[in-house]
Amino acid sequence: MMYDILQGCIMSFIIYLTNGISLGSVYAIIALGYTMVYGIAKMLNFAHGDVIMIGAYIALMAMTKGGVPGIPAVLLAMAGCTVLGILIEKIAYKPLRKAGSPLAVLITAIGVSYLLQNIALLVFGPDPKTFVSVISVPNLQMAGGKLTISGNTIITIVISIIIMLSLNWFVQKTKPGHAMLAVSEDKDAAQLMGVNVNGTISMTFAIGSALAAVAGVLLCTAYPSLTPYTGSMPGIKAFVAAVFGGIGSIPGAMIGGILLGIIQILATAYISSQVADAIVFGVLIVILLVRPAGLFGKNIQEKV
Amino acid sequence: MNAAELIKKRKSRDLRSSLITYGIVVVFYIVVQTMVNTGHISSLMKGLLVPICVYVIAAVSLNLVVGISGELSLGHAGFMCLGAYASTFFTNVVGDGLPELPRFILAILIGACVAGFFGILIGIPVLRLKGDYLAIVTLAFGEIIKNLMNVIYAGVDDGGLHFATTDSGLKLGEGGKKIIKGALGISGTPKNSTFTIGIVLILITLFIVLNLINSRSGRAIMSTRDNRIAAESIGIPVTRFKLMAFSISAALAGVAGVLYAHNLATLTVKKFDYNTSILILVFVVLGGIGNIRGSMIAAVILTALPEMLRGLSNYRMLIYAIVLIVLMLFNWAPAARAFRSRILEKLPFGRRNAEKEES
Repeated sequence: MMYDILQGCIMSFIIYLTNGISLGSVYAIIALGYTMVYGIAKMLNFAHGDVIMIGAYIALMAMTKGGVPGIPAVLLAMAGCTVLGILIEKIAYKPLRKAGSPLAVLITAIGVSYLLQNIALLVFGPDPKTFVSVISVPNLQMAGGKLTISGNTIITIVISIIIMLSLNWFVQKTKPGHAMLAVSEDKDAAQLMGVNVNGTISMTFAIGSALAAVAGVLLCTAYPSLTPYTGSMPGIKAFVAAVFGGIGSIPGAMIGGILLGIIQILATAYISSQVADAIVFGVLIVILLVRPAGLFGKNIQEKV
Repeated sequence: MNAAELIKKRKSRDLRSSLITYGIVVVFYIVVQTMVNTGHISSLMKGLLVPICVYVIAAVSLNLVVGISGELSLGHAGFMCLGAYASTFFTNVVGDGLPELPRFILAILIGACVAGFFGILIGIPVLRLKGDYLAIVTLAFGEIIKNLMNVIYAGVDDGGLHFATTDSGLKLGEGGKKIIKGALGISGTPKNSTFTIGIVLILITLFIVLNLINSRSGRAIMSTRDNRIAAESIGIPVTRFKLMAFSISAALAGVAGVLYAHNLATLTVKKFDYNTSILILVFVVLGGIGNIRGSMIAAVILTALPEMLRGLSNYRMLIYAIVLIVLMLFNWAPAARAFRSRILEKLPFGRRNAEKEES
């Protein structure tokens, strides 16, 4: 009897944990976009969450209206978001790069966020759209049927791991990746060394936005209701995750995102769904007070 | 010119500038009030008068943190929320026990004190952080306030005040009155806010903020903004002055919240989400960081703009977004600035302005 209850508790805990990792991996993918852009352009791209939403709409429209199968639809969404990301950077952010005020570009990013939301509102309407599944994977049964992990959860985790590993490889081992690191370290020095700074920044936005499209599809597969405002809360959470891990750090964004997802799901399950967000943000505040630059952030002492 | 004369000159300049700011508010009040009395203002715009006052107060108070203290805060709506909830709770508990005006004045004071107290409480740990980290923590704080207010139930009966986190947990006695109803918020608050009270509160806010800026403390706060290390090295307690600006700003945001809440039939936390904080920040940045008059004007125009565009129905928020982006680019992009000063130079009498821009 005792044993059964204990076993039940452990089983449900494992399910919550995998759900948390799954949600956290989506946050991590979004946070990667935030953190890369921050590292390179030193700006908080508040419109990133809305790029997610646009990506999800493109994939959904391609599948329902265009009859495109799942995987090509996702590729289409990635292509669309890449173009969108580059356009946003060129039109709205680039003219302000030398403005000298980080707030000016922050507010412009907020303007872009409103713009994307309202375009989506006009084109797709305010009603929530039910997202269709991109690919179906059978649920995983374990421990003699006592433990069921949904196929979507597994797919999400696998895709996230692939993205993280390839991004890490890209940044550490390839020439464009090194250019990204160089630009984030010192823009002027990178330029003197022959790095195409503008091109590298565009590329960063392109990668971040393509990842956002993937995140949008994964997010809407897990929570299949899509509205023009779908992107904004996950966007903020991912931003929190990026800060959590130390903004500008790629491994930090991954671990921050996953931790955030786990905390959120466990808090919802064991405490209360209404205060889950409060707990997530509370943990963030505590972490930042103990480690003011985040988990993996470089704490640089300011010198004269 | 010796130092004493310089100080005297600066003081008279500060005083003149402050008087112009008060004058603008008073003229605005007289013009709008005349328009209301002669019926030259639509009922929609009339409904906007109190919200305009709310946003002006909120923008001026946020400018104290963002412009004067140089810290980015994304949780200003959280302080408004605290002020709004504390004051409407008080108003509903007292009910008819006090005449309207003294009760409202007390409510404003309570809203300001509660928000200011939380400003200090949050400021002490948080102001050690810098820049974007401070921004994210203030954002987190705003969300926490919103979340917690959603699960608070409170009421009053003969035995005193009762608080709980669920509806059924609130065990009220015979004849008890439920006041805060979780996500449903507070309803039935008397509409005490008027345009006149709003203008008076704006003037008080301006008086506090402008006097602070032009005081010794204000200059200390600005020195921590301009160069933290230099300020520290000459013995200015940076954290204490930043905390001062932060808590005063929080208290004034609380006042804005009180004014806002006493203009609504039903108060819920949805009105104080992250978008509201951003909206106020937009006023501050668009009006000019550190420019008190600018944030007032931006708050008035941007609050009225969506209503003025109402004829365009679905397109109005789209146009709002585009206007926002274009204004930011025009105001801040180096290319646009160069273009602007070239134009100014060509105009007669424009040379002085152009030189001013360059510096």
